Amino acid sequence: MSIRAEHEIHQRRKGRNIGVGLMLAGFVVLILALTFVKITSGDFEMPRIEEGQ
Amino acid sequence: MTDVSYQHQTQEGEASLGDYFALMKPRVMQLVVFTALVGLLAAPTGVHPVIGFASILFVAIGAGASGALNMWWDADIDGVMTRTAKRPVPAGKVTADEAKALGFALSGLSVMMLALSANLLAAALLAFTIFFYVVIYSMWLKRWTPQNIVIGGAAGAFPPVIGWVIATGAMSIEAWLMFALIFMWTPPHFWALALFMKEDYHNAGVPMLTVTHGRKSTRKHVLAYTVPLALLAVGTAFTSIGGPVYLAVAVVLNALFLKGAYDISHRDETQAEADGYAVEKAFFRLSLWYLFAHFGAILIEALLPAAWGIWA
Repeated sequence: MSIRAEHEIHQRRKGRNIGVGLMLAGFVVLILALTFVKITSGDFEMPRIEEGQ
Repeated sequence: MTDVSYQHQTQEGEASLGDYFALMKPRVMQLVVFTALVGLLAAPTGVHPVIGFASILFVAIGAGASGALNMWWDADIDGVMTRTAKRPVPAGKVTADEAKALGFALSGLSVMMLALSANLLAAALLAFTIFFYVVIYSMWLKRWTPQNIVIGGAAGAFPPVIGWVIATGAMSIEAWLMFALIFMWTPPHFWALALFMKEDYHNAGVPMLTVTHGRKSTRKHVLAYTVPLALLAVGTAFTSIGGPVYLAVAVVLNALFLKGAYDISHRDETQAEADGYAVEKAFFRLSLWYLFAHFGAILIEALLPAAWGIWA
């Protein structure tokens, strides 16, 4: 017989893992949005490559 | 008989997400977000909404990080005071080392990300604010001098300046007026709290004014700081961040605040104990509305021209 005890600690871990996962996903989306806004704004300049390189 | 012994000690890494969030002092974060947002929106230049949102978020994370570092450092006295005994570290939900690790990690992350989303000056100000709150206030002033919250109040006063710098990339007199408003507001706010929290600070050995100079002197100090605060708050109405709405709010609230401070300074402990510190508690509650309403009025003054533009 397998042990299937679902302790409160497992629920807490699960909730924490989901929370951290959602925060990381949100962070990725935020960086993506920031990058998009920065490179599409008027004052964005690509780094100049020096002549001869 | 079981082979698993019950442990009262905090188990590292077994706290819930809410416990870690509580480490970041969410109520203080609310104030930081609001005042930083007002600083950002009151500034004469605008930023892209995504950049504004991200930058305010990083300021909030920085504030939360300093809250976690404060809870790591102050875990011993937090456990003694009834007001703070239920915080995650003294309550045994999160270890002090976890609070320290979270605080340092989020401090670095927030400053770095603010430099990328806004500008270096805003990031430098955020880093200084975290340093000021954790090192100057928590580690040094808080347990050493009754001037702890007078000087330490600067840490809570920086967010509107950071908000302003996010938008403009530079500092100005208006940003420092908002700083001064919170800076001058902090001592009467905390001294009113210290008056009705009674023995909390004494038991923890924190040299609050009530402990070092007594309650009578603290009552006089509340009035002494409220008078210049009222002058500053009303005077701000005649600067570029003020206006008629702000003036009306400032006149009403400062009249009430001065009345409260006068009442506190003209009564003694016998009277206060007789009515359960009703005047001190009412003054403390009013102080929360006071700051919220002043910054709300600055926000309205900043948004009004845009609103007039829509109706014109």
